[in-house]
Amino acid sequence: MIEWIQFIAGTAFLLLGIVIFGIEIFGVYRYRYVLNRMHMAAFGDTFGIGAAMIGLMIFSGLNFTTLKMLLVVLFLWFSSPVSSHMITLMEVETAKDLQEHMEVKEE
Amino acid sequence: MSRKKSDEQYNKSFASRFFRWLGGEQDPYIGVVEMKPQKEPEGIVEAKSRHKNEIFRRIQSIYDIKHNKQYRKFDKLFNILSITFCIILVTVLIMAISYMPPVGSPDRPVNNEVSKRYIENGLQETGAVNIVGGMILDYRAFDTLGESHVLFIATITVLILLRRDAKRTDGKISDYYYEPKDDIILQKVTRFLVPVIVIFGIYVILNGHLGPGGGFSGGAVIGAGLILYQNAFGFHKTRRFFTAGTYKWVSFGALSFYCLAKSYSFFTGANHLESVIPKGTPGDILSSGLILPLNVAVGLVVACTMYAFYAMFRKGGF
Repeated sequence: MIEWIQFIAGTAFLLLGIVIFGIEIFGVYRYRYVLNRMHMAAFGDTFGIGAAMIGLMIFSGLNFTTLKMLLVVLFLWFSSPVSSHMITLMEVETAKDLQEHMEVKEE
Repeated sequence: MSRKKSDEQYNKSFASRFFRWLGGEQDPYIGVVEMKPQKEPEGIVEAKSRHKNEIFRRIQSIYDIKHNKQYRKFDKLFNILSITFCIILVTVLIMAISYMPPVGSPDRPVNNEVSKRYIENGLQETGAVNIVGGMILDYRAFDTLGESHVLFIATITVLILLRRDAKRTDGKISDYYYEPKDDIILQKVTRFLVPVIVIFGIYVILNGHLGPGGGFSGGAVIGAGLILYQNAFGFHKTRRFFTAGTYKWVSFGALSFYCLAKSYSFFTGANHLESVIPKGTPGDILSSGLILPLNVAVGLVVACTMYAFYAMFRKGGF
């Protein structure tokens, strides 16, 4: 019974991760502006990879491998949003026609 | 035209778009996805086109292809010969592969006495549980020494090409000057992540003879940690512990230590003398003779090289 629950929960998380990766790839090509595409890529790199890894963790059970996977997820959740943030900052600093794409607050 | 559809309908269909894309007539992303072409500086354009024309005219005057029979013949011969050469080369290579024994069969040339010896006697002779570590730092240590020196020489070459200091400037400000600096989010995350990354790198280096890892991979991890730290806090923070002098002395020390240690073991090995370095019990952290210190030396060289490359390309100095 517990194995069945493990299997169903793991599969559900893995499928969720795959669907989110699909949405990420679709969004990266669907959107036109670089910041929207950036957002989609970061979305997949955090939520998608988190869901997929949680699925794998459920499959693996309680052992040392699970702890390692948890560390991988933590590392990615720390590093991926920050790297997207830095690239986005670069775009905002260098873009000349930012006003055409969004409202910019005057400081 | 043997098409049932009219031209207008065909142009809208998927097949037509696909074949146009395949033929290179139409790129589905040009004009749709945001992209900016690089602008050329305006004053240079005219001079460039003049230069191009001049080269073109010079080539025309020297190689008058349209009115010279010899050149036309040579062109045709060149085409025929190159195609023949390619076909012969492909045939020879495919024939050579067809004579090889199939994958996984025991009489493949890969399965010779060398790999057998590594697998059977590696643990006794080197004392390293990780056979790959034993191989690259004991049986083939000379090769690894060469690799470390290649890294060092590459850094020196980059130093010659890209160095930029008070004496050697071209009057321009480096790109680094314009980049956004001191980002608070990056700094907070870096303060948390860099110790973890560096500790992980040290673990990989020190664990090189016990499991997967070793000097090259661990050094690359530490170098990445240093680069992250530099990105967050700037060069004036890293300069407190990593300067050109640090790089020079660490690389020199590690490489010469490697050289001396390996010379000793080659000397004793070639003259059938007993080495004073104990092998230890396999599996312990302090075991397998020279492999652990050599791993540390290689790791230091790789970490310094990674950071030095980055600093050269980013700013032209440490």
